[in-house]
Formats: sequence, structure tokens, C-alpha cells
Amino acid sequence: MKLDTNARYRKSHEWVRKDGAQYVVGISDHAQESLGDIVFVELPAVGKAFKQGDAFAVVESVKAASDVYLPMSGTILAVNDALEGAPDLINREPYAGGWLVKFEASNPAEWDGLLDASAYEAEASKE
Amino acid sequence: MNLTPEPLVYGLSSPGRVGVVLPESDVPVAPVPAWLERDSLPLPELDELTTVRHFTRLSQKNFSIDTNFYPLGSCTMKYNPKANEAAAAHPSWRNLHPYAGESMSQGALELVFRLQEILAEIGGFKAVSLQPAAGAHGELAGVFMIRKYHLERGDTRRVKILIPDSAHGTNPASCTMAGLEAVTIPSNAEGGVDLEALKAALGPELAGIMITNPNTLGLFERNIEEICRLVHESGGLVYGDGANMNAVTGVFRPGDAGIDVMHFNLHKTFSTPHGGGGPGVGMVAANATLAEFLPGPLVVKKGDVFALETPPKSIGRMKAFYGNFAVLVRAYAYVRMLGAEGLRRLAENAVLNANYLKVLVEKRWKVKYGRRCMHEFVASGDIAEGVHTLDVAKRLIDYGFHPPTIYFPLIVPEAVMIEPTETESKETLDAFAAVLDRIADEARDNPALLHDAPTTTPIGRLDEVAAARCPVLCYRA
Repeated sequence: MKLDTNARYRKSHEWVRKDGAQYVVGISDHAQESLGDIVFVELPAVGKAFKQGDAFAVVESVKAASDVYLPMSGTILAVNDALEGAPDLINREPYAGGWLVKFEASNPAEWDGLLDASAYEAEASKE
Repeated sequence: MNLTPEPLVYGLSSPGRVGVVLPESDVPVAPVPAWLERDSLPLPELDELTTVRHFTRLSQKNFSIDTNFYPLGSCTMKYNPKANEAAAAHPSWRNLHPYAGESMSQGALELVFRLQEILAEIGGFKAVSLQPAAGAHGELAGVFMIRKYHLERGDTRRVKILIPDSAHGTNPASCTMAGLEAVTIPSNAEGGVDLEALKAALGPELAGIMITNPNTLGLFERNIEEICRLVHESGGLVYGDGANMNAVTGVFRPGDAGIDVMHFNLHKTFSTPHGGGGPGVGMVAANATLAEFLPGPLVVKKGDVFALETPPKSIGRMKAFYGNFAVLVRAYAYVRMLGAEGLRRLAENAVLNANYLKVLVEKRWKVKYGRRCMHEFVASGDIAEGVHTLDVAKRLIDYGFHPPTIYFPLIVPEAVMIEPTETESKETLDAFAAVLDRIADEARDNPALLHDAPTTTPIGRLDEVAAARCPVLCYRA
């Protein structure tokens, strides 16, 4: 499985990365691989606030529709509009063009509680 | 199967051709307001014989339980005895009008009453409503009942419904539809509910739990009584999803284990038509706590007379008239043909067939939760490098079998969910296992056979991604 070593992860297969003062979120390579071809993405409204672990988006593949959970509490600053026309960006570039949302963290300390790449790899390969 | 591609009915159309010539009208023609008139009506123009041949050829392309083995997990695609159809087609039922009135419908009301009583007895419940038209419809009714129970008591904080991660996707959908919040509970290593996670999720916001037993892994939830006790102690109620009732009919009564409200799918366990729109019946049963909230009307017996009555705190109607009545006739015929003894034997044979098939299949295929199963089991389809469950499913079509349910439940990677039902013979099960064996060889020696499948159908492998991303939903000339 491909990993982004600059990102932190949740057991539920989301990654989060610092992007200047903001944070950016997506789903891991392992997650997109398990889901298969993604056909639809439902993203939240900009300005909406979520607590850590809240479902903020839905990713639908030919196999299943899955909730995506925000790894840290925060307010949505931007969503990836490109996914509407090209949801397969998540399959092709899970850590780059396939990002889901950018958010402002309301509790940046939550970052420290997330898994680093190697800890996530160990969790994901248990499945 | 008829493999010749069939043109669309529009392709057979010829301008001016008709099947039936209507007689001249012998009453004055009522004027149609100009705004209701239209210049064209693009319907196909065909004679009767062309029409009959077209639809007969289409019907020959059907894949059904009457033609082939259909081990679609969690759907209980059992054979529907033709005697059910004879019963439902009887003119006494067929010609009864829903507005006929109670005094002229006593026979129909008696049938509904008797079926209510029989199903309540099978489930261990106090009362039954036959209104809901499908399993998910029954779930929605049940969740509405739980919600109303709490609201009637002024307990407005209870908004959370716990749902195991092995549940049917309809469970969280029903919660959301009823305005409640679905909270996922993980499974333990044995495939049952993780009791510690359950305990951590209890509290004053708990409305209830939705539980499927046996669950979608085909495993009996051994802690069912403990789960009901914990949820009840926390002030919540227990919803039972009866999708898998075929495994336990006549053996285990969910009401006795502490389940408060539950649906059964008559179109699964009770052998009424399933698939292609059924129509189905997702009857909902309740214990003494929730019976007064059942959707109405129910049939009650007053002396020697049967009448329709809606319970005092009913959530209201779930369906127009009295549910899918003709389906109820079929289910009644079925339970009366089997009797109590036969209902128990159907469950025993469903479990026996599934375990027999499981032992054959797991010689080659992975079965993640390997203990003795109930009516179904879940294998994994990634039998060789580069071969996926979808390829195995498509290859089964080439061998004349309907694919099992695939990629569900979500907690098993590459899931293949196989439910043979009790109506299949040992020969059919052996033939299916032999084909899976052969497909495992093909996956190893010649995976292209799987990737290209199906090749024996009028239309081959469809592009499911394109179909989901850019669906074409209308006919275009």
C-alpha cells in the first residue's frame, strides 16, 4: 500500500496533512483499493463545523457507499470540486488530486493523537 | 436461455399497425379541452402476434428460481410452491374489491387474522401488523414505533440507534428516515456484537439497537439475551431484523429472547415471490411494550366477527388499504401446508444445506468466520492473484448459476455470501460446489476466462463504473 509519510491517519482509513495554517483530508490508498472504482462523492458545505470522528463526507464505489470521518475537529474551508466530475481522482491520486476537504482545526492538539504512517500501515495490514 | 439479441419494442414498430381494432363509439364523444390535447404519442405500433413473440422471447431470457439455482445470500431465494399461486388465484380472493366493506370481506379478514396469529406465535410476539410492503418498510415502521414509545413517555433525548457493522445497509437508512441517528457497533473476532463496545455506547441518549440474528455472516448471535438485557437496562428497545428468519423458524422465538419489535420478510422465509418487485410483505411484530404502536389497521376478532382496527397509539398507516393482500394468501397457504413441524424442518434443512455446501466450498475458498454457520456463509472471492470476487460472480453465470451476493457484508474483504436455502437438492449443491472448484482451477491456470466472463449471455461484461458514473436512463432513438 502507498503511504504519505507527511500525513497522519485514522484507523478508519482517512489521512490528514498540514497545509500551511490549514489541514487537508482524504482517504488512504488502502481505502481506495478496498472500495474499488469510486463513482460518487458527497462533500459538506463550506463553513460547516464537525467534531473529531464525525462523518463529513460519503464516498460511493461500485461495491459500497461509505461514510468518511474527519480526523480532527474543525470547520470546512474548501472542498475539492474536481471530484464531482472526476471522482476517480481518489483512485488515481489518493494523497494528491483526490483530496476531499480543507479545514481549519479547532483543536490542533488532536493531531498528536493520530497514527503516523508506519502505525497506520500496521493497523491496515491486520485487516 | 434464448441468446438471440432482442430488439427494443420500438424497433419492431410499423406506422399504422394495430393489434386490436376498437369498435366505433356508440356514445357521444366528450370534448377534450384543447390544453389537454397533444399532437403525438410516441408509442410503438405492433400487431398482437409480434407483441406476444417479443415479450415471450424476453421472458425466455429471464433467470429465475424456476429455471436455475439462485444462492443469493441474505435474500432466501427459495422455491415458491405453485400451490401458493393456485390459492392466491382463487376467484374468492382475486375478485374481492378493497372497498367491499367488512361484512362482505369476512373470509379475507379471517385469513389475515389467522396469519397474524400464526406469525405472532412463530416469533413469540403479542401482535402483528401485515401492512409494510418490504423488509426495509417494516424496519422503518419498527423504528417509528421505538421513537414514538420514547416520545410518548416524554423521553425526548433518546435519538441514537446502535447498529452492528455487519448489518444490512437498510438499518442505518431506516434510522435516518425516522429522524434518528445510527451509531455503528463493531463486531468481535467471532463475528458477533462486541459487547464491550456495546456497553460503552449505552446511555440516556440510547433509543435502541437494531440487530439481525442470525447476522449477515450467517452466524447466530449467541449473546442475544445479554444484548437485550443491557439495552433494556439502559432504557432502550431492541429491534430485530428478521431478514434471516429462515434459519430459525420453529426453533428460536426472537420475542422470547427479549426482542421488542421485529419484521419478517414473507417474501423470504414464507415463500412468496421475491425479486423483480415482488410485491413483498415486511410484516412487523411487537411484544406487549410496543403492540399498541403497531401500524394499522390490524384485523381483530369480536365474537364471531372479524373487523379492522387501528391500535390506540399506532404510528398510523404504512400502506394504502390492507398491505399486499394476495401475498398474504400465498404465505398463509405455505404455513398451513407445512404446519408447525414442517416450519421447524425448513429451518433445519436450510441450515443443513448451508453447512454441507460450506464444507465443500471451504476446501478451496477462504471463509473468514469459519464456525458452523446457520442458513448462509460468507467466503472470499480473491482466490488467485489478480482475480476478484466480481470475476468469480460473472464466471458463475457462464455455468448457469446465479451469482451469490457479493461485496457484502462490508466487514469481509471480497465477500461472497452464499445461501442455498432448504429447497435445493444435494445434487444441485454438489454441482455448484464442483463448479466453484473448477473456477478456482481456472483462476489459477487461465484467469482470462474469469476476466472475460460472462461469455454465454446475450450481453457480456458490463462497464459497471460507466453505468454508475454516466447512467443512461431513458430510451433514445
